[in-house]
Amino acid sequence: MEFTFDNNIPIYIQLLEYMKIYLISGVFKSGEKLPSVREFSNTFKVNPNTMQKALAELESMNLIYTERTNGKYVTKDEKLIEKLKDEYAITLAKSYFQGMKRIGLGKADSIKYLERIDE
Amino acid sequence: MSNMKLLEIKCLNKSFNTKEILKDVNLSISSGKIVGLLGKNGAGKTTLIKLINDLLTPTSGEILINGKKIGVETKKVVSYLPERTYLNKQMKVSEVIEYFKDFYKDFDAEKAKKLLKDLDLDIEEHLSKMSKGMQEKVQLVLVMSRKADLYILDEPLGGVDPATRDYILDTILSNFNENASVIISTHLISDIERILDEVIFIDKGEIILQSDADKLRNKEKASIDEIFRRMFKC
Repeated sequence: MEFTFDNNIPIYIQLLEYMKIYLISGVFKSGEKLPSVREFSNTFKVNPNTMQKALAELESMNLIYTERTNGKYVTKDEKLIEKLKDEYAITLAKSYFQGMKRIGLGKADSIKYLERIDE
Repeated sequence: MSNMKLLEIKCLNKSFNTKEILKDVNLSISSGKIVGLLGKNGAGKTTLIKLINDLLTPTSGEILINGKKIGVETKKVVSYLPERTYLNKQMKVSEVIEYFKDFYKDFDAEKAKKLLKDLDLDIEEHLSKMSKGMQEKVQLVLVMSRKADLYILDEPLGGVDPATRDYILDTILSNFNENASVIISTHLISDIERILDEVIFIDKGEIILQSDADKLRNKEKASIDEIFRRMFKC
């Protein structure tokens, strides 16, 4: 997969977004060991220091944790991941409704449009 | 010694005759950083780099690498990619590798060969038979195959196509280690900014700004390229 970054936004914030999606979608499962900073930075093709900063941020949110000398793991608290997923879904839904509002469509109409779309 | 700076420049001035090229330059760079030295053409980037490499003598001021004054000892730990090639073009790549092996104790010939192979470059080819872009790749591989403390790359992206630019950035990223730092001078900011930890803006021989790249983006809500353009609008 090719990762693209918008130079207008701090890179570590964009990395944080990618990582959140990985956790929500179960690419890395609860309790699973994560690749090293080096492996991540090679995958994303970013500076390892920037990757480290994104991981530190995830850690401060308790989404991942460091086991001394052993590396980093995804939290065992599945509820925390569920909560993250819920928050993320709400953000996406809000941005959809905002877009619809801009073209003059209310919530009820917006939902009808959703139903018209085949996945 | 974690708080000792890898590179420290104090009150550095450089004049040619009466023309001041660098004015009271002060900066310090610690280990493990990729730093962009960004400035327009003629801002003083190459002069500063040549001073750090002891190829020019300061008019006044001081440059320290690992706390030592510039000289034979500091040259051993600095791997420098000049703006223009100095290699003998009649040589084959394999001969240049031997030459580097003789010249630099920290040169890893096996690593160089592996990187050249990844790039589909034939080491039995003469440099003169290679395109400018290919020659630049060879030079970069040689420079990055040393195990140095400080890598200084002067316009490493100048003559190469965008696909190769990406490859060069990846090569820099995957070959720099946490104990070393890389200084990359360029005016092609948008191509390079995603890999930078820190940026230094230089204009008319003066350091205008030194900052963490993401902090600057956050503060100005713009890309480094955009901030640079705003600041130095002609």
